[in-house]
Amino acid sequence: MITIPYLTALTTYFSYGLLFAFGQIRDLFRKILDWWSADNLQGYAPICLGLEDFYIRRLYLRIQDCFGRPIASAPDAWIDVVERYSNDNNKTLKRTTNINRCLNLGSYNYLGFAASDEYCTPRVFRSLETFSASTCSTCVDGGTTVLHNELEECVAKFVGKPAAVVFGMGYVTNSAILPVLIGKGGLIISDSLNHNSIVNGARGSGATIRVFLHNTPSHLEEVLREQIAEGQPRTHRPWKKIIVVVEGIYSMEGELCKLPEIIAVCKKYKAYTYLDEAHSIGAVGKTGRGVCELLGVDTADVDIMMGTFTKSFGSCGGYIAGSKELIQYLKYTCPAHLYATSISPPAAQQIISAIKVILGEDGSSRGAQKLARIRENSNFFRSELQKMGFEVLGDNDSPIMPIMLYNPAKIPAFSRECLKQNVAIVTVAFPATPLLLARARICISAAHTKEDLIKALEVISQVGDLVGIKYFPAEPKKQQEEDGRLKLD
Amino acid sequence: MALSFLNIMNISLDWAFDAPPSRAVVFGVHIGGHLVVEALLVIVIVFLLLQKSYKPPKRPLTEKEIDELCEEWVPEPLIPPITEEMKYEPPILESAARPHTVVNGKEVVNFSAANYLGLIGHKKLLESCTGALEKYGVGSCGPRNFYGTIDVHLDCETRIAKFLGTPDSILYSYGISTMFSAIPAFCKKGDIIVVDEGVHWAIQNGLQLSRSTIVYFKHNDMESLESTLEKITRENKRAKNVRRYIVVEAIYQNSGQIVPLDVIIRLKEKYHFRVLLDETNSFGVLGASGRGLTEHCGVPVEKIDIITAAMGNALATEGGFCTGSVRVADHQRLSGSGYVFSASLPPYLASAAITAIDLLEENPDLITRLKENIAILWRGLSGTQGLSIASNPLSPLVFLKLKKSTGSFKNDLQLFEDIADRMLREDSVFVVASKRSTLDKCRLPAGIRLFVSAGHSEEDLLKASESLKRAASAVLSGYN
Repeated sequence: MITIPYLTALTTYFSYGLLFAFGQIRDLFRKILDWWSADNLQGYAPICLGLEDFYIRRLYLRIQDCFGRPIASAPDAWIDVVERYSNDNNKTLKRTTNINRCLNLGSYNYLGFAASDEYCTPRVFRSLETFSASTCSTCVDGGTTVLHNELEECVAKFVGKPAAVVFGMGYVTNSAILPVLIGKGGLIISDSLNHNSIVNGARGSGATIRVFLHNTPSHLEEVLREQIAEGQPRTHRPWKKIIVVVEGIYSMEGELCKLPEIIAVCKKYKAYTYLDEAHSIGAVGKTGRGVCELLGVDTADVDIMMGTFTKSFGSCGGYIAGSKELIQYLKYTCPAHLYATSISPPAAQQIISAIKVILGEDGSSRGAQKLARIRENSNFFRSELQKMGFEVLGDNDSPIMPIMLYNPAKIPAFSRECLKQNVAIVTVAFPATPLLLARARICISAAHTKEDLIKALEVISQVGDLVGIKYFPAEPKKQQEEDGRLKLD
Repeated sequence: MALSFLNIMNISLDWAFDAPPSRAVVFGVHIGGHLVVEALLVIVIVFLLLQKSYKPPKRPLTEKEIDELCEEWVPEPLIPPITEEMKYEPPILESAARPHTVVNGKEVVNFSAANYLGLIGHKKLLESCTGALEKYGVGSCGPRNFYGTIDVHLDCETRIAKFLGTPDSILYSYGISTMFSAIPAFCKKGDIIVVDEGVHWAIQNGLQLSRSTIVYFKHNDMESLESTLEKITRENKRAKNVRRYIVVEAIYQNSGQIVPLDVIIRLKEKYHFRVLLDETNSFGVLGASGRGLTEHCGVPVEKIDIITAAMGNALATEGGFCTGSVRVADHQRLSGSGYVFSASLPPYLASAAITAIDLLEENPDLITRLKENIAILWRGLSGTQGLSIASNPLSPLVFLKLKKSTGSFKNDLQLFEDIADRMLREDSVFVVASKRSTLDKCRLPAGIRLFVSAGHSEEDLLKASESLKRAASAVLSGYN
C-alpha cells in the first residue's frame, strides 16, 4: 500500500495529461504530414495499431537516455557507463567512446559475485575449457553434463529441498513451469504485484486466475474461501487444485513476503504454495537461504520453490526445487527442460562455486562476511534515506529500496542529475510499475564499501533537494504528515 | 337491505352502460360497455406493473456453510502419480558436447548436439569467452534497461544485423524466450495468425500468449496454406484492418522439413500477410554463406518482416535474437516480455556469438563440409529397415520416422528409444529420440533425430548409419 499526497497526485495527473495532450497534437501533425506522403503500407495493417505504441513514441522516447545505459565493465560496485548522445531529440542514441566511472546502485549484484572472484573465476575458466560455452542440446537429450547434475544436487541441498531442476533462464522457469503444474479447472491465486513471468506463466496455463491484494494474507483467505465455496465459474464444479503464487522479495517494492501467515492460510485451505525467490535467495537469511530462513518458515511447507541465479550468484538461469516426485515429473514433461538448450556450463560452474563460497565450503569465511555486509549495508542505507525524508518502500533486511518519485518529470531529472555526479541509479516507470507510481530503485550490494554508501547518500540527498522528492520532513516529526494523504493501492 | 344494494347496483350498471359516452358511436361502431371493461383492464395492468417482480429470496452462504465447503474440498495431488517412463535419466556427458564426447566413461560419436558448424570447443570461441569473462564476469546482473546492457550486447546486435543485412536486431537471453516474446509483442487480440501445425513449442506458447485468432494449416503444405489464406480473406471483411501474420519455421524442429520460402513470399504478397520466420535450425547452415533460408531461396531479407533464431545451434552459444526493420526491433525493447523483464544474456555468450559469426564469414568451407556430411549420412541411411527419412535432404537435422506407425506416439517413441539405447550401448553412437512434452500441441509423428555437424568425419557418419541400420533391424524386426 502506497500513500500519495493529494498535491503530488494532482500534479502527476496533470503532467501525464499534458504529455498526453502534446503527444496527441504531435500525432495529429504527423498524420497530416503522412497524408501527403505516399501510403507505404500497401494493404497491410500497421505494425502498431492506434495507441499501442503511443506511450513509447510520445513519452518514453523523451527520456530514453535514462534507460538501457550501456556499460563497459562487469556490473560490480563501480561500473564504466558509456556516454551516449542524440542528434534527433532522443529518438536514437549513439554510443561514444567516452566512459564515466560511476558508483553502481542499479545491478542485482547482492553478494558481489558479479566481479571476478578468487574462488569462482578460476573454476569458471576451467569449466569453459572442459565443457565449452554451450552444449547445443537440451537437458533431456545430450545437454546434461556432470556439471549440470552437480549443480542440481548443490541447489537442492542449498535451498533445503530433496531435489531440484535447473533452467537456463529465470523468466522461462516461471513461464514454463506453471502450465505444467496446473491447467483448465485449476485456480491460480497470485499476488497483485507478482512479476510478469508469473503472470505469463499463469496465462499460458489455461487455469483461472484470481488476484489478492499485495502481501495481504487476510485478503488471500477471503479469496480462498469465496473461491472454494463457489467452485469453477458457471459449472460450479469444485476446483481441481489451487496454487498460491507469491514472491520472496518483491523486486519493485523491496518488501518481504509475509510468508508465515500466507503459509498458514494455504495450509488451512489445502492450497499449494509456489514461492518465487528470484531476489531473496542468497541475499537474505543468516546463511543466505532466502526468506524461508529469514522468517523462520520450514521449507517442507512450501510445495514449489523457485529462484534465479542472475542476482546473488552473478550468473544466469533459474531453478525449481521440490519433492523428488515433483522434479521427476517436471523433467518428464516441462517444455523448458525438453526443448531449451541446457544452461551454459561456465554459468553452471559459477553458481556451484558461489554456493560453495556462501556455505563456507571453500574453506574461508568470505561467504558469511558477504552476507553480514549486505545486511549491514542495506539497513544502514535504508535508515539514512528515511532520516533524510525520502519516501522509501520496503522492509528492513531487504537489499532493494525504492524511492518514490511520482511525477514523470522527476524521473529523468533524478536519473540524469545522479549520473552527472557519477552515481548510477535505476529509475523505474511504466510498464514495470503503475503509471502514477514512478520510482527510483536502489539495489545494495555486499561489494559496496561504507565510503561508497556515504558518497551515494550525499549525492542522493543533494539531488533529492534539487528535484524535490523528499516528501517527508527530515527526521523527527513524521506522523502528522501521514494524515493528509490519499490512499492508493 | 339486500334489495336496496341490488337497486344501487342496477342503477349504477345502468348508468355505466347507458351513460352518454357508452352510447357514443365511434367510426360507426357502438361502444357499448367497452370503456368500463377497458378501464378495468388498464387498472389491472397498471397494478401488475407496479408489483415487484418475483425473485427467489437470496440466501448467501453462511460462514458456517463456507467453513463446511472448505472442509469438504479435497484438491487433486499437485502432480499425477509417477510412472516408470517418467523416471527416464538422460545420458550424462563427461566432456564438452563435441562430435566426439564421453558418456559413462566411454568415447562416443555425438549426434545429439545441434552443433552444426562444429564450433563447440573452437579455440577462437574459447578465447573470446575467456576475454569476456575476464572483463565482464559471468552474469549481467540486471535487465537490459537497468544497467544490464553491456557494450558487447550492442556490438552483437549490430553484428547480427550486419551479417544478415537487416537494419536492426535485438538480443534475447534464451533461445525459446525469443519466440514467445516476439509474437505477443506484435500480435494482439483480434489479429489473425496463420501457422503451420508442426511448429515447435516456443512458437505455440507465443501464439497462446498473444491471444490472437490462430488458424493452422497442414504441415508444410502450401496448398493448404493458400486455401486457408483465401478463406480468411474472403470471410473476413475486416481483415484489411487487422494485422495478419504467417508464422513458419525455416527448418522444422519437429520434422526437419524446409519451408518453401518463395511460395510463402508469393502468397504473402498476394494476400497481404506479414511473415514471421524462425531460423533457429537454418541460421549459419543454409545458403552459400550461412545467412539462412532467405539466402538459400534467393529472397531479399527485407521481404521477411520478422526473423527470429536461437543461437544455441550453429553459433554454439546461447540466447536468441530477433531481427527486422528498426521499428520491429525497437518495438520489442519495451514490449518483448522476455527482453524487458529478464536479466540480459551473459556477456561472454554475446561475445561468443560475435566470434562465431566472424568464424562463419571467414570459413565458408564449414558450410560446404556440413553439406557434404549431410549427403554422406543420407547415402548411408538409404534402405534402413522400417524407417524412412522425413527431413529435407539439405537439413542438418536428419529426422527418421517409422514407415508404419504403431498407431500411438508413445509406442513409437518407445521403439525409437530402444534403438537409441542400443546404438549408444553397442556402437557408442549417441542419437536421440524426439521426446515430446504433454503441453506440446504438435501432432507430427515421433522420430529419431541425428544432428549432423561439420565436425563429423566420414568415418563417424558411416559408423552412425551402419549402427542405426543394425539397431533398427534388431528392434523393428519383431515388430514389422
